[in-house]
Amino acid sequence: MSAPQSLSYRQLFWQVMHRDLKVAVHNKGDILNPLIFLVIVITLFPLGVGPETNLLTRIAPGIIWVAALLSALLSLERLFKNDYSDGSLEQMLLSPQPLFIMVLAKISAHWLLTGLPIILIAPLLALMLHMEPLAYPALMITLALGTPVLSLIGAIGVALTVGLKKGGVLLSLLILPLYIPVLIFATAAIEAAALNMPYSGHIAIISALLVLALTLSPFAVSAALRVSTN
Amino acid sequence: MSSLLRAHQLTCIREDRVLFDELSFTVNAGDLIQIEGANGAGKTSLLRLLAGLSLPYEGEVRYQEQAITKCREDFYQDLTFIGHLAGVKGELTAIENLSFSLSLQQDNTDNIDNAIERVSLSGFEDSYASHLSAGQNRRIALARLWQSTSKIWILDEPFTAIDKAGVAQLEQLFLDHIAHGGAIVFTSHQELQIANQSAQRINLEDLI
Repeated sequence: MSAPQSLSYRQLFWQVMHRDLKVAVHNKGDILNPLIFLVIVITLFPLGVGPETNLLTRIAPGIIWVAALLSALLSLERLFKNDYSDGSLEQMLLSPQPLFIMVLAKISAHWLLTGLPIILIAPLLALMLHMEPLAYPALMITLALGTPVLSLIGAIGVALTVGLKKGGVLLSLLILPLYIPVLIFATAAIEAAALNMPYSGHIAIISALLVLALTLSPFAVSAALRVSTN
Repeated sequence: MSSLLRAHQLTCIREDRVLFDELSFTVNAGDLIQIEGANGAGKTSLLRLLAGLSLPYEGEVRYQEQAITKCREDFYQDLTFIGHLAGVKGELTAIENLSFSLSLQQDNTDNIDNAIERVSLSGFEDSYASHLSAGQNRRIALARLWQSTSKIWILDEPFTAIDKAGVAQLEQLFLDHIAHGGAIVFTSHQELQIANQSAQRINLEDLI
């Protein structure tokens, strides 16, 4: 028998992420569902409030962000649920490899599948809502910085509720209040940009939230998973 | 011989029912221990406690005389646990499943084909696990044992859905493993050849 092969953190990260992406490719509905939800919500708004350009321009940042937030919530449960029900989560907990790397890899895969598509489709949706052209860069920046925060914070809630049969409602209650700072600063940044005012302060706060979530959430998620499987 | 794993006065309470109380035993190198008991007697709970997946109400589990919560990394390096749920992803092929779980456990990833052959899955390497039978899925999980470099094996119903020839092969593997200084704690409802010869038994119902 050869000596046990230890993986570097980076190899471990890629392996877990690669596996999650591969699994996701097989469940295409799971990837498309949150995105379709986002598009539907946003296309329904002009129909609901009327196609008046001024009104839409004013509420566009809020609509896009709220829709992004809800679609993130919709996709979150998948993060650990399948692994929990087929036993692979147990195997991860029992691995000598550091759990927080695996957790970070899973969250990254989740963001690639749900956050990134939102960013890519956002300009199109903004166009549909007659958003102020000046605000486009701010929209893209806030989404790029904000959606990872949604995945990272959401993962804590999912990890805490993964052992529950019907954790859905509890998950929303746990997570939504934590999403509110992101929502406030993101929409404020876009509105400031639309008025041609500086918005770097808002961006700095969202960046700070991202750094905080990125460094702390993998540990919180690991601890929560150990509790949930107890 | 030094003790690998020691259960120290474990108490487990589920749904206000005491499953076992102050249960202590030692797992030494070369031990083959079968946990017995009727359904609901707490076999799975005990195995999960031993693996550190859940925490005991009282008492502790020690790996080389150290509480496992204190030396998780070393302990898990030396542990292979296969639970009720096989941990096999239906969306991945047999070989992908196996190589992922092996590298996760830092087991030997060379010569995976050999392990696949041992569990009679040759020809199914590239089939998705969801297209294979329950027994074959179980075999994907069990294939890890052939590649395992860890001393302690904790196996919950390893023989479920495995055919007779497969059971005989596994029994032989068990004997080899304990002969090489490993230790196995397992549960099973089947009548086993090796159980009569070399296994110690712990019956959870006798304890209460």
